[in-house]
Amino acid sequence: MKILVFVNHVPDTETKVKVGADGKTIDPAGINYMLSPYDEFAVEEGLKLREKFTGEAVVVSLGGEANKETLRKALAMGCDKAVLLKNASSHDSFAVARSLADFAKELSPDIILLGKQSIDYDNGQIGSLVAEMLGMPSISVVVKLEINDGAVVAEREIEGGHEIVHAKLPAVVMAQKGLNQPRYPSLKGIMDAKRKVIEERAVAPVASKIEVLTMRKPPAKNPGKIVGTDASAVPELVRLLHEEAKVI
Amino acid sequence: MKIIAFAEQRNNQFKKTAFEVVRAARTIADQLGAECNALVIGGNVSSIASQLGAYGASKVFVVDDAQLEYYSTTAYAKIVAEIARAESADMLFFPASAMGKDFAPRVAAKLDAGLAADCTALRVENGTVIATRPVYAGKAFVEVAVRSAIKLFTLRPNVFSAGTPAGSTAVVEKKESALGEADFGAVVKEIKIAGGKKDVAEADIIVSGGRGLKAPENFSMVEELAASLGAAVGASRAVVDAGWRPHDEQVGQTGKTVSPSLYIAVAISGAVQHLAGMSSSKYIVAINKDKDAPIFSIADYGIVGDAFEVVPTLTAELKKTLNR
Ligand SMILES: Cc1cc2nc3c(=O)[nH]c(=O)nc-3n(C[C@H](O)[C@H](O)[C@H](O)COP(=O)(O)OP(=O)(O)OC[C@H]3O[C@@H](n4cnc5c(N)ncnc54)[C@H](O)[C@@H]3O)c2cc1C
Ligand SMILES: Nc1ncnc2c1ncn2[C@@H]1O[C@H](COP(=O)(O)O)[C@@H](O)[C@H]1O
Repeated sequence: MKILVFVNHVPDTETKVKVGADGKTIDPAGINYMLSPYDEFAVEEGLKLREKFTGEAVVVSLGGEANKETLRKALAMGCDKAVLLKNASSHDSFAVARSLADFAKELSPDIILLGKQSIDYDNGQIGSLVAEMLGMPSISVVVKLEINDGAVVAEREIEGGHEIVHAKLPAVVMAQKGLNQPRYPSLKGIMDAKRKVIEERAVAPVASKIEVLTMRKPPAKNPGKIVGTDASAVPELVRLLHEEAKVI
Repeated sequence: MKIIAFAEQRNNQFKKTAFEVVRAARTIADQLGAECNALVIGGNVSSIASQLGAYGASKVFVVDDAQLEYYSTTAYAKIVAEIARAESADMLFFPASAMGKDFAPRVAAKLDAGLAADCTALRVENGTVIATRPVYAGKAFVEVAVRSAIKLFTLRPNVFSAGTPAGSTAVVEKKESALGEADFGAVVKEIKIAGGKKDVAEADIIVSGGRGLKAPENFSMVEELAASLGAAVGASRAVVDAGWRPHDEQVGQTGKTVSPSLYIAVAISGAVQHLAGMSSSKYIVAINKDKDAPIFSIADYGIVGDAFEVVPTLTAELKKTLNR
C-alpha cells in the first residue's frame, strides 16, 4: 500500500500569541514549534496501515526549512521517506492544497492521511480541498478506520454522535483524536531519522484566495467576581446568573 | 448580487445553525443590496423548506432525493456547486458544523473559490465582506477578505443570532439533481446518536469537569448539575486522557471549540489549551479550590471552594429556582 501523510509544523499549544510588526501574522520570537497534534494521529495511522498491508509511508510537509524538524519526527516514528515542499510558509488553504495535491498526483497513493485541522490557522480545509482536486472521496474527523480489499469503513464524529462512512480507495482520511495512540519514536528510530535524507522540492507559487487584513488579540477580559469561598455563596451565584448575566 | 445560504437539516428538521446561517446571509445581503436565498438538501425535505422565509430567505432551493437521505460529502458538494453556478451566486454561506466543515471546502475547490472558515463575525466595508475568524484556537483573530469571484464562508455555530422568526414564507423552488453512483464517493451508511446526549459544540450551556473531581464516578455530580440546566457535559483533556470521559466531550485546543452563553468549569485548572477552546463563552463560572487557578483569570464569576460541596448545593439551588 502506498501511504501518503501530510504534516504541518505549528507553534506548540503553550504558545502565548503576540501579533507581529506587520499586524497580520504572529511574532515568531521565542516560539517552539511542533508536529500538529492531529497530524500525529495521521502519521500513526499510516504506520499501522503499512504494518498491516506492507508498502511505503511517505510524509510530506509544505513550508520552510524549519518544517524539517517535524518531518524528522515523523521519520523517527517510522515513516519511510520525507519530502519538503519548499514554500515560504503559506497559510492560504487553497494554495497549500493545490501544491499538496499536485505532489500527491505524481505519487498516486492508495490513501492520503492528514489531520482534521492544523492548530495554527484552524482552517480544517486541506483534506477536503485536496480530495476534490484529486477526485477522491474524503472522510473528515475520523475516529475509527478499517480497510479491507480497498473498501474503507470509517467512523466520523458529528454533533452528538457518529456517522459510519463507506468509501473506496484511493481516499483521503482526516484524523481526529481517538483514532489511535501515537507511538513514541524509538531510540533507533531517532538515530535512523537523523541519517535519512529529506527530499526537497520547489513548488510553483499559487495565488492566495484569502487575504489577511489584520490580526489582533481578543479584547482583554475584566477580572471576574469571586462570589464566595464555600457553598454558602451558591444562592448569590444563582442570583447573578439569573439577574445580572441573564443566562439562566 | 446573490447569496445562497446552505441550511443544514437532519431527520427533516433544521438545525439551529440553519437559521443562524440564513439570518446572517440576510443581514449581509441587506447591506449589499443583494438577494438572499437558501438551499436545503435531503431525502424528504420539501415540506420544511418554507420555514426559512421567517429567517430572511426570499427563495429556498430544494433538492429532494431519496438517495440523499443520508449525507454524502461528494454528492452534497456536487449539488451545491451546480446550483451556485446555475444561479450565478456571488457568495455561499455554510455552517461550520461537522457537515459544513466537511463539504464546503470541496465546493470551494469545484468553484475555484476561497473559503473563510469558521467565521465569528461578518461585516461589509466598501462593498466587501470582511470576515473575522479565530486563529491559534482563539488566542488571536484575523480579519480576512475572500479574493475570488465566488466567495465562501462557514459560520461558527452559536455565534450568529437567528433573530426572531418573522412570519414571512419563502418561495420554494425544486431543483433536480442528476446523481449517479459515481457521485457517491463517500457515503454515510449509518448514524449512531448517543441517546439524548447534548453535544458541547451545539449546547447553549456547558458544565465541564476536570481532574480535580478525582475519579470518574464523581462526574455524576457534573452530570446532575448539567441536567438541572439542560446543559451538555464537557471535560478537560486530563480526564479524557485518563479514560474517564469520551473524547467527544473534550473542550480545548485539541478538543472542541465552544461558545455557549454559559460555561461552568468544575475542578478545571484552566491550562492555556483548555482556555483556548472555551474563552469565547459569553459567561464563565469557575468552581475551583485553588484561588490561584488560571481559570479564575477569565471567569466572570468564581467560587473558590470544594467542588464536592459547592456543586451539589448549586444543583439543588438551581432545581429549586428553575423548577426542573
Ligand atoms: C498538545 C496539547 C494539547 C492539549 N489540549 C488540551 C485540550 O484540548 N483541552 C484541555 O482541557 N487540555 C488540553 N491540554 C492539557 C492541558 O495542558 C492540561 O493538562 C489540562 O487541561 C488539565 O486538566 P485539568 O484542569 O482537568 O487538570 P489539572 O490541571 O490537574 O487541574 C485540576 C484542578 O482541579 C482543582 N481541584 C482539585 N480538587 C478540587 C476540589 N475538590 N474542588 C474544586 N477544585 C478542585 C485543582 O485546584 C486544579 O486547579 C493539552 C496539552 C497539550 C500538551
Ligand atoms: N503546510 C502544510 N504541509 C503539509 N500538510 C499540511 C500543511 N498545512 C496543513 N496540512 C495538513 O492539512 C491538515 C488540515 O490543515 P488545515 O486545513 O490547514 O487546518 C493538517 O492537519 C495537515 O495534516
